[in-house]
Amino acid sequence: MSEPEESDESRWIDDHAGPVVRPYAVTRGRARPVTGKFDLISLVSTTRAVSTRDAGLGPEHLAIVALCDRTLSVAEVAAHLDLPLGTVRVLLGDLLERRLVRVIEPRPAPVLTDDGIFEQVINGLRAL
Amino acid sequence: MGYVHSDGRTNGSLSDQLPTAVKILIAGGFGVGKTTMVGAVSETKPLRTEELLTEEGVSIDDLDGVEGKTTTTVAMDFGRITINETLVLYLFGTPGQDRFWFVWDELSLGALGAVVLADTRRLADCFPSIDYFEKHGTPFIVAVNCFDGARQYQLAEVQQALSLDPDVPVLLCDARSRESGKNVLIAVIEHAMRSQRMERENRSG
Ligand SMILES: Nc1nc2c(ncn2[C@@H]2O[C@H](COP(=O)(O)OP(=O)(O)O)[C@@H](O)[C@H]2O)c(=O)[nH]1
Ligand SMILES: [Mg+2]
Repeated sequence: MSEPEESDESRWIDDHAGPVVRPYAVTRGRARPVTGKFDLISLVSTTRAVSTRDAGLGPEHLAIVALCDRTLSVAEVAAHLDLPLGTVRVLLGDLLERRLVRVIEPRPAPVLTDDGIFEQVINGLRAL
Repeated sequence: MGYVHSDGRTNGSLSDQLPTAVKILIAGGFGVGKTTMVGAVSETKPLRTEELLTEEGVSIDDLDGVEGKTTTTVAMDFGRITINETLVLYLFGTPGQDRFWFVWDELSLGALGAVVLADTRRLADCFPSIDYFEKHGTPFIVAVNCFDGARQYQLAEVQQALSLDPDVPVLLCDARSRESGKNVLIAVIEHAMRSQRMERENRSG
């Protein structure tokens, strides 16, 4: 996990960022997941324990399986692993294909037609 | 309530036990206090996630053979508030305002609402955020972060200077305060709920 810095913008317009090697090594060159959409706030949880002998899984896959023992969003997984979102989406696709994780997509906004979610959030915030 | 799984399956009765996640965006100019507010109200210190982009601001997901292409990163700070056993609220500080709008598109998709933080010494810094949320129909409020030494403006003055729709709430806040941050979040949710009710009523004639 990386610390937020004083200035986002110094990274945001970072002209020094060269070709990125490591994220592509982790995904073996793949830019897209084999399956799944993986919104920033899709919730990921592990379905079962996994052994290091599971074919085709790298250390980052195993790290996700261990991490998502508690339900975490895609953004949290990326932050904890300190890997870019695109890379984490590819890894999650591999895990979803093997049914090692369960993924709950957020509901699209137009489906939020009742006040229930809003009221839950307000009550939850008041209770903090 | 129905939850759509990645494999397209929609749950029936089971759905009530499944967790769901919602998000609120915290926008505004550089240094206005976005990350500070995210940290003040979240249950952990702000987390950071990065997306890789080409210099042109295109998501690498949209390209083939990206290995050799120059990339840059866009960082997003975010935090988490567990509302109850089945509902998690994420707060995302939006990244810089003038490049990579598609990251904003991704962030604003499905957002309950947005807070535009404003600093009265640099009010114009929040114009792009306001333009964006107006254009995309994201319910938003404006929260004026009260920095020490900044002249105190009447909220009506701010509303006028920003040419806001009179429905858009404007309030004062202190981005460093958890209590103040909570009130801002409650205000944006109440505003979003009102906006949605009005839309429903308009639609049903
Ligand atoms: N005095 C004062 N300083 C603040 C306030 N909010 C943020 N800051 C400081 O302003 C700087 C920029 O805040 P930050 O949250 O990083 O801004 P961001 O770029 O919008 O994420 C930091 O050094 C904060 O400590 C505030 O309400 N009052
Ligand atoms: Mg920041």
